[in-house]
Amino acid sequence: MKKGMKKSTKNTLELIIMYAIIAVMFVVIFYPLVWAFGLSLNPTSSMFGASMIPSEPTLEHYRWLFFDERSNYLLWYRNSIVVALATSFFATLIVSLTAYAFSRYRFRGRKNGLYAMLLLQMFPVLMAMVALYILLNTVGLLDSLVGLTLIYIGGAVPMNAFLVKGYFDTIPRELDESARIDGAGHFRVLFQIMLPLAKPILSIVALFNFMTPFMDFILPRIILRSPENFTLALGLFNFVNDQFANNFTRFAAGAILIAVPIATVFLLLQRYLIGGLTAGATKG
Amino acid sequence: MATNEKQPKEVKQQLVNPDHKPRVAALLSIIPGIGQMYNKRFGKGTALFILFAAFAVVLVSSLGPAIGGLITLGEVPGQDDSRVFLSEGLLSATVVAFFIGFYVLNILDAHKDAKRIQLGWEVPNLREGFRNAWDTTFPYVLISPGMFLLIFVVAFPLMFMLALAFTNYNLYNAPPRAILDWVGFQNFTNLFTIAEWRNTLISVFSWTLIWTFVATTLQIILALFLAILVNDPRLKFKKLIRTVFILPWAVPAFVTILIFSALFNDNFGAINRDILIPLFGMSDGIPWLSDPFWTRTALIMIQTWLGFPFVFALFTGVLQSISSDWYEAADIDGANRWQKFKFITFPHVMFATAPLLIMQYSFNFNNFNIIYLFNEGGPAVRGQTAGGTDILISWVYGLTFDNQQFNMAAAISIILGLLVATFAFFQFRRTRSFKEEGSI
Repeated sequence: MKKGMKKSTKNTLELIIMYAIIAVMFVVIFYPLVWAFGLSLNPTSSMFGASMIPSEPTLEHYRWLFFDERSNYLLWYRNSIVVALATSFFATLIVSLTAYAFSRYRFRGRKNGLYAMLLLQMFPVLMAMVALYILLNTVGLLDSLVGLTLIYIGGAVPMNAFLVKGYFDTIPRELDESARIDGAGHFRVLFQIMLPLAKPILSIVALFNFMTPFMDFILPRIILRSPENFTLALGLFNFVNDQFANNFTRFAAGAILIAVPIATVFLLLQRYLIGGLTAGATKG
Repeated sequence: MATNEKQPKEVKQQLVNPDHKPRVAALLSIIPGIGQMYNKRFGKGTALFILFAAFAVVLVSSLGPAIGGLITLGEVPGQDDSRVFLSEGLLSATVVAFFIGFYVLNILDAHKDAKRIQLGWEVPNLREGFRNAWDTTFPYVLISPGMFLLIFVVAFPLMFMLALAFTNYNLYNAPPRAILDWVGFQNFTNLFTIAEWRNTLISVFSWTLIWTFVATTLQIILALFLAILVNDPRLKFKKLIRTVFILPWAVPAFVTILIFSALFNDNFGAINRDILIPLFGMSDGIPWLSDPFWTRTALIMIQTWLGFPFVFALFTGVLQSISSDWYEAADIDGANRWQKFKFITFPHVMFATAPLLIMQYSFNFNNFNIIYLFNEGGPAVRGQTAGGTDILISWVYGLTFDNQQFNMAAAISIILGLLVATFAFFQFRRTRSFKEEGSI
């Protein structure tokens, strides 16, 4: 009995320590986010006079983002979504075509093609930024959303093609071979058998290729020049970059409006995302 | 392929048409198409011949001069743009390389067909030939959009960067005002011999390594600790706790980094103003953004905050999949907690996630976003071309966009690329897909 008592006190003590650690982590995680939200409600525009719990909270900055004629916020939101959707769609399409060819056909140059992709996927597009900048500048494609999208799609091909190829390889060949005996052509096998079966991995590829451009900062920074072409990340950065302290509350409001939808979608899909990543690592 | 199988096996080695010489076919296709016509494949032969003729015209009229321009990089300053010469030259060289590949394939093809005819193979008629051609070219049709983009968006810029590293392209010698010259390995020599460059390279490189190692390892340790903690069966509200712990991963990183950058601001950031000074009684806070040591400390803390949720999620998944039999058996053997962790939990978790953890290291090695968004690589350091927290990739950025030292930026990119490639090469050799690929 005595021993049992001792054990249960030890138990409680341990539980208290565990909850305490978790509480500390909660504070560390929430503090910056709540602080930014609090600041976005401040009436002043500078960070200096602002406080985390404003005495007179206002939605003024949110209103400014949406309705003030000097605000490009909605335009940036639109640019980001257009670029992200286009990247997601075309990257998934091109990646599935490439992966299908490498998974199901034996053609001359296949092996070299695979090695070339393995090699290229090691180098992030970023590494060639000097060249990208000079090249785009020379041909006058700087400041173009189309150019930006093309770079995202091209950069997505090698890595994702491996991911999808790995998945295709796990689909039994008997399925498409029997369809072929029944007279189905190349494209029919692809679109009516392979792609529907590969839906799980394709949706992950589509999602990742939506998120990457949506959250990317560096490529827009290199390529885009005029404010009406900015994406969200770049536009918000310029809010704080111009005069750091001066527009911070406005930046905070804009940031909250991005963080909330993205975080919601993300948390809803988290299981799925983690599954995709682990699948990619073990199969790819 | 299908036609081959129809033949009875014993006929295979008998020469049905001994007069049809594969060598003649190969020699004839030195002019592409003629060899195929000798094989009586007129449709194919004509198509190849026309393609070849068209290419020859292009080669003489523009590809040749473009490749010449690659050597001179232009002659008249202010009129010839070396960048255009360089990119056109590289593109032409790529096209020519492809052509040589096709040319060789064409000869091999004529030779192969002739050999099959010798063995009694019936040349397919135009329609069948077309069908066969569609079957063999189909995979190429599939990969062509991807390969096209890959070549122009990824491979070509990398080649261009490679070339830039061997030129003297910088702020003072910039086209179209000036003509670029090939300078051989001069940029690399400068990087290692001129004191300013060498010192910067050493300090940036060592910080890159420290940053990669410390920030990533901290992420992993914290994630492992929390994952095991939350996995404890006595704990309640697990789902809520896990959701909150994943939150930093869910919020876009550029947003949080900018928020942290404001939080750590020396003068009016909340860390100094609301926490350190009033709660810990410091007189003027910590110079987070103006002292390299403190900026580095802040960066490592922020990266830990940003990066642990992903690893935490991975670990949680693995922990839930470890069978409880292991632990029950360990209990019977009288193992204590540390032993259970060391011999059951840790090996399981590491085995399942090792490739992803290594990816985390390589991600942080090139984690430009946090370095740039937090303090733009600053604070500035006297006698260096890089800021106090610049890692290699952000140094390249600074050299390109702030100092316009394109040649040096390219040279450093190459060193960076070699490091990444070496690392990745050893990594890939160990992954399964690479091994399996060899056995196909």
